[in-house]
Amino acid sequence: MGAHLPILQVVIPLVAAPLSVFCRRSVLAWHLAFWVSVAAFAISIALLIEVLDKGAISYLLGNWAAPWGIEYRVDAANAIVLLIISGISTVVLPYARVSIAAEIESQNQSMFYTCYLLCLTGLLGMVITGDAFNAFVFLEISSLSTYVLVALGANRDRRALTASYTYLVMGTIGATFFVIGVGLLYMMTGTLNMADLAHRIPPIGANRTLVVAFAFIVTGLGLKLALFPLHLWLPNAYAFAPSAVTVFLAATATKAAVYLLLRFLFTIFGTGFHTFGPTLAYLLMPLALLAMFAASTVAIFQVDIKRMLAYSSIAQLGYMVLGLSFASVTGLMATILHLFNHALMKGGLFMALGAVVMRLGGATIGHMRGLGRRMPWTMAAFVTGGLSLIGVPLTVGFISKWYLVAAALEAGLWPIAVLVVASSLLAVIYIWRVVEAAYLEESEGDSTPVEAPAALLVPTWILIGANIYFGVDASLTTRVAAAAARVLLGTG
Amino acid sequence: MIAGDFLGLFNYWIVIVLMMLGLYTVVSRGNLVKKIVGLNIFQTSVFLLYISMGKVTGGTAPILTGKPEVFSNPLPHVLILTAIVVGVATTALGLALVVRIKNAYGTIEEDEVQAADDEREFGNTAGTRDEAR
Repeated sequence: MGAHLPILQVVIPLVAAPLSVFCRRSVLAWHLAFWVSVAAFAISIALLIEVLDKGAISYLLGNWAAPWGIEYRVDAANAIVLLIISGISTVVLPYARVSIAAEIESQNQSMFYTCYLLCLTGLLGMVITGDAFNAFVFLEISSLSTYVLVALGANRDRRALTASYTYLVMGTIGATFFVIGVGLLYMMTGTLNMADLAHRIPPIGANRTLVVAFAFIVTGLGLKLALFPLHLWLPNAYAFAPSAVTVFLAATATKAAVYLLLRFLFTIFGTGFHTFGPTLAYLLMPLALLAMFAASTVAIFQVDIKRMLAYSSIAQLGYMVLGLSFASVTGLMATILHLFNHALMKGGLFMALGAVVMRLGGATIGHMRGLGRRMPWTMAAFVTGGLSLIGVPLTVGFISKWYLVAAALEAGLWPIAVLVVASSLLAVIYIWRVVEAAYLEESEGDSTPVEAPAALLVPTWILIGANIYFGVDASLTTRVAAAAARVLLGTG
Repeated sequence: MIAGDFLGLFNYWIVIVLMMLGLYTVVSRGNLVKKIVGLNIFQTSVFLLYISMGKVTGGTAPILTGKPEVFSNPLPHVLILTAIVVGVATTALGLALVVRIKNAYGTIEEDEVQAADDEREFGNTAGTRDEAR
């Protein structure tokens, strides 16, 4: 049983997804999804512990030897991403039960859980797999189910349909670019196994087909992870999806794409690849800096707070890409820490907003007025999450920024350290707008308390509490991030 | 010689032409169904790319006949079977979304959908600003 954990991680949600269709009562479907998610979370914890103790785990599907068969390979770098995805899913589902019941008609709810489980399968699969084409298949499983999940927001606002359509077109182009790149790699090396690719690429040397493959893969994954300026699908998809879906996607979907980018850049092509250095220095780093400023600035002017946080997500993805563009242990640690930390903060913030949407029917800046007194616990969660987003000490946001600044200084790029701090000030502005409306302005008309139910508050505060916990004691997360960074750079 | 190179890479030229045609259709057409068609053409070019790279000159289908023969590489063909399934699913989902958009907006022209959204959003924001005063 223990030896089969890597495959069980993916197969349990995969098998549960079609079963969920047959649950005619949505409560049954929810129980199925929740307990599957708990199992996935337990497996990912077991895998992380085993990886930290004994090093990478290799699992051969159907016992076919590695370069020919599909290999699932778990090391510190993907074990932590698996933990983020399954952990967030386990916290989101109790929230989803109430939130989805309010937002989706009852006959569609078991279908919702089917799509949700498929999305979970896809995300876990693309992270755990050691096979480049298998990663594409899982990428598409998660993407296709995500389009459906986003479109389910159409009950509240019909713009969810166009958001989903745009996401489908751009997501498909991204995934197709990725598969073109994988095809070209196969053409040059005759293998799809990631570890095998890593061995066979360096001897080929400077080759135009490899450069084209590299370009297609980086661009395709850039689209999937909403790297500025390929982010156009993201704000509307996050703003109009059902609240629980927004929480899950914001905390996990782009993270899995960031992980794939890390894997392809560092493990497969490697720092020795001849276009590696220039791509990081002249493409990814400037785009990351642009994302930090442009997306944060746009966020300041948003009326819909959900869309404001979506733009903030694009800026935060900029921090992650900035970290990896240093190609140093500290930089990669910053990226991996921020993968984890951003999942916690954005998860908590979107959960708080979801509670507002449920009570007031919307989350524009107008809805926020006077909410500090009407929904004290929800808004307190929002403020704490906001502080974490800004990067105030004792929150996880501070830990990420600390390592980013350290990585910039280590690389001798002090202007970038200044820019990281400066861009945090933009986050102060857009979070302050909400705080000002919620606490300093009076709500017009109705001012009766409408606090969210405990079913929404408890998951929200679990994530917000984790923001504080891992902000105060970051020893566990930094240890894992350091191990992951060394694995990616091939020095550990 | 140049003609030989061109003919030898004929499949790949077709791949590039189809890829650009597809992408151009996605970008330039305002009709949501035509965009899906463009996306389909774009994906088809990738199918051709994979199938072409698996072909070994003079190779036959990889079926065991008992005597040694030159086989084409079956792996890219199998891979692309998966990608074809993905393509079909994407098309089906995309068209289903277009049907829903048609029901919700009464049109499948991108600019008209955009105009309807802008009008509504502009109305909304104007409303909240009025409340603020």
